[in-house]
Amino acid sequence: MIHCLVRPLVYTISVAALVASSSALAQKRPLRVGMTLSEISTTSGQPNGGFEGYRFTGYTIYDALINWKLDDAKTASGLAPGLATEWSVDPKDHTKWIFKLRKGVKFHDGSDFNADAVIWNLDKCFKKDAPQYDARQQAQVAGRILSIKSWRKIDDYAVELTTHAPDSTFPYQVTYVLYSSPAQYEKLGRDWNKFSAQPSGTGPFRVERLAPRERLELARNPNYWDAKRVAKSERLILLPIPEATTRASALLSGQVDFIEAPPPDFIPRLKQQGFQITSNVYPHIWPYFMSFKEGSPWRDVRVRKAVNLAIDRPGIVKLLGGFAEPAVGIVDPSSPWFGKPTFGIKHDPAAARKLLAEAGYSAAKPLALKVFVSPSGSGQMLPKPMNEYIQQNLKQVGINLELVTADWEQLRNCRRAGAGAPVCQGTDGINNSSATVDPFSAFGRIYSSKAIPPAGFNYMHFSDPKVDAMVERVQTTFEEKKRDQLLGELHAYLVDNAVDVWVVHDVGPRALSSRVRGWVQAKHWFQDLAPVYVAD
Amino acid sequence: MLKYILRRVLYTIPIAIGVSLVVFTLVHLAPGDPLSAVMGEVDQKMLVEMRKSFGYDKPLPIQYVVWLGNTLTGDMGYSLRSGAPVFPMLMSAAKNTMAIGVAAALLGFVFGIAAGMIAGYNHGTWLDKAVSSTAIAGVSMPHYWLAIILVIVFSVQLGWLPSVGAGSADSFWSWEAWRHMLLPALALAAIPGAVVARTARAAVMEILSMEFVEALRARGLSERRILLHVARNALPTVLAVMGLQFAHLLAGSILVETVFTWPGTGYLLNLAIFDRDMPVLQATLMLLALFFVFTNLVVDILQAWADPRINRA
Repeated sequence: MIHCLVRPLVYTISVAALVASSSALAQKRPLRVGMTLSEISTTSGQPNGGFEGYRFTGYTIYDALINWKLDDAKTASGLAPGLATEWSVDPKDHTKWIFKLRKGVKFHDGSDFNADAVIWNLDKCFKKDAPQYDARQQAQVAGRILSIKSWRKIDDYAVELTTHAPDSTFPYQVTYVLYSSPAQYEKLGRDWNKFSAQPSGTGPFRVERLAPRERLELARNPNYWDAKRVAKSERLILLPIPEATTRASALLSGQVDFIEAPPPDFIPRLKQQGFQITSNVYPHIWPYFMSFKEGSPWRDVRVRKAVNLAIDRPGIVKLLGGFAEPAVGIVDPSSPWFGKPTFGIKHDPAAARKLLAEAGYSAAKPLALKVFVSPSGSGQMLPKPMNEYIQQNLKQVGINLELVTADWEQLRNCRRAGAGAPVCQGTDGINNSSATVDPFSAFGRIYSSKAIPPAGFNYMHFSDPKVDAMVERVQTTFEEKKRDQLLGELHAYLVDNAVDVWVVHDVGPRALSSRVRGWVQAKHWFQDLAPVYVAD
Repeated sequence: MLKYILRRVLYTIPIAIGVSLVVFTLVHLAPGDPLSAVMGEVDQKMLVEMRKSFGYDKPLPIQYVVWLGNTLTGDMGYSLRSGAPVFPMLMSAAKNTMAIGVAAALLGFVFGIAAGMIAGYNHGTWLDKAVSSTAIAGVSMPHYWLAIILVIVFSVQLGWLPSVGAGSADSFWSWEAWRHMLLPALALAAIPGAVVARTARAAVMEILSMEFVEALRARGLSERRILLHVARNALPTVLAVMGLQFAHLLAGSILVETVFTWPGTGYLLNLAIFDRDMPVLQATLMLLALFFVFTNLVVDILQAWADPRINRA
C-alpha cells in the first residue's frame, strides 16, 4: 500500500522539479525584433537614435543609477532603483545629491561596478580633458542632464552629484546617463570605436555580434543583478528595418517575431492572421507650438482657445486607424502631472467661431496662420494627412492655415533656433512632436522663459512670470507628492491658457507573433525586453 | 591600344577631382545640419560648440581641402551617425551591392541576350511578339514595385524566401546567403534584362538585313554559323548597353536595396542622406561616381577589342 503511494509521489516530485528547473532556463529560440531605426544605435554607452536608441541599445546593454519601472501597462511609469539602491538630497544643501551604489554588480567583462566607475563615466561624458572623454556620447546626453555641475566619490559605494541650482527633478535626468565598463575600455586600447564593437555594460543583455546597419545580436546576461529581470530569451536579435511595409512583410514571412509601428493598413490583416497587436498611450504629444513674439495673433488667448476647439481629434484618431489618443493637454489624464484643468479641450466649432468673432476675426478678415511641418520624422506619426485634416477643420471656422513643408532636419533646426529665425521661413508655428517623459522635458525646457533659444527649446518665446515661478517651485520642492501636485497645477495653468495646440498622443502600436510571450507594453518610450520570449 | 588605355586612365584623375568637388558642394548645399546625426536633444548654444569641435565651423573651401587630403591618404573619417570608420563600412556595402549587382547582371544579361536574339532572329513571329511585350513590361515596370510584388508573393504568401537583409551567413557561398540575394537580384534584373533584350533584338534584326548575311547564306553556311556571325557583329552595340546597365545596377539600386533592407551602397546612401551623415554620404557618392567612370573605361576598352574598326589609339 505504502509502495503504491510512494511511487506516484516520487513521480510527481520529479516532474515538478523538472518543470521548475526548465522554467529557470532561458528560451533557446531567439527573439527577433524589427525596429523602425535605420541604423543600429551606438552601443558605447550613450546611444544615439533618440529614445528608440535608448530603448534598444541603452537599457538592454546598460543600466543607469536610476532606471525606469516598466513592468506595468496600467499606470504611468515611474523611477526605480538601478545601479543606485537609494538616493537623497542633502537636507542642508539642496544642490547635493547622495547616491548609494548597489554592491556586487559586475560589468559583462567581469569587472566590478563601483564609485570609481561612476566618476569615470561622468568624466567620459562631461570632462573634456579626461582621457576617456567622448564628444559623441556627450552630445547624446548633455541636453538631458542640464542640471549637473560636479561629481565626487564619497566611498567605494557612494557618490555625491552636485547640481547648478536646487532641482528636485534631477533624479529623472540621472536616468539618461548609462554606465560603460572602464576595464573593457582599457582592455581595448582606450578606443571608443573598438568599444562600440565589443561593449560591456551591466544590463540584462550583452553584445554578442554587431553587424553595422544589419543586425545586433545580444545574449542574455545570466548574472544580471536583478533576478526578476534576468532575460527569458537566450538571444535577442535587433534588426533595423525603417521601411514600414518591409517590416510588416518580415513579420508576416516569419523573419522577425516582433515589430514596432506596423503600418496602419496592415493591422487588420495581421490581426486576422493571429498576430498580437498591442498599444498604449505614452508620454508623447503631437502639437503645434506657436510663436508668442510681438505682433503674433497667438498672444490672444481667445485665438488659442478657438484653434484648440476647432480641431476634431476623434476624427484624426479615426484617420490613424484608432492608433492615437485625443489630447486634452500636454500630458494624458493618467499622468500624475495632469492636474485639474478647467478648459475642456474638445471639438466645438460653434464656440471656436464665437471666440474668433470676439477676437475681431470675421469672414472679411479671417485669421491666417502659417505652420512649419515635415513629411516624416521621429514621433511625427503621419504628418501629411493629419495636418491636412486640421487645415480642413480650421477652414470650417474661418481660419486659413498655410502648411509650409520642409524636411525633418530643417524643422528641428527651426525649433532650436526659435520662432522668427530665418531657418523657419516666415512661419508662425511648428508641428514638432515632443516627449514628455520627465518634468523637465515636459515643462521646464519648453515653457520657462529661461529656455528661450539659444538656451533651450522654448521655440515659442513664451514668457509668463507665473509659469517661471511655478517651474522654479517645482524644482525646489523635494517631496514627491507635493511636487507632482505642483506639476499638476502648472499643467492646468498651461491648458487653461491654451498655450499650444495639443492634438493627439501616440500609442506606439506593436505587432507580435502569436508565439511571443511576456510582453507588457508600459506607458513609456522605453520598454523592457528582458521578460519577452518566443515560446516553442 | 596600351597608349589608349593609359590615356583613358589618366583622364579619370581630373574627372575624379571634378566629381569630388561636385559631391562636396552638393552635400554641403543641401539643407540640414551635418551634426544632426550625432546630436541628441541639444539646444542652439551647445550646437554651436559642437560644430566647432567637429570642424564644421570652418569655411567650406578649407573643409574641402581637409577632406580631400584625408581621402587621398585613405582616411575617409568616421560616420557621424555610428562612429564606425567609413572605409570598411563602404567596402562591406560595396561587396554586398556587387553581389546582387553581379547576380542581377548575369540573370538579366543571359536571359536578355538569349531572348533578344531569338526574337530578332524570328522577327514577326509570335515568339518575337511575346519577347517584345515582356521586354516592354520589364522596362516600364518600376523595379521597386516589382520588388514589393516579389516580397508579397515569395515571402508573405508562399513563405519561400526572406524579404529582409542579407542574413547572418559569413560567406556568399552558402544557401543562407543565396536565399537572401535571390529576390533583390530578381527585382534588379528585370530592367537590364529587358533593355538588353530590346537592344539585342534590334541589333540582330539590323544585321540580318545586311548584305553580308545574304552572302554567307549564298556560300551555303549553316544557320547556326550565320547566327554566330550575327552575334559577333551585334556584340559591340549590346556591350555598350550592358556596360551602362551594369553601372546602373551598381549605383542605382537605392530603392530596391531599401525595400529589401539590403546592406549595400544604395541603402547606405539612402540612410546617409536622411541622417545627414556627411562623411558617409561623401564617400559613398564618390565611390558610386568612380564606379561609373571605371565601368565606362572598361566598356570602351572592350568595345575596341570587339570591333577592330573602332580604332581609338
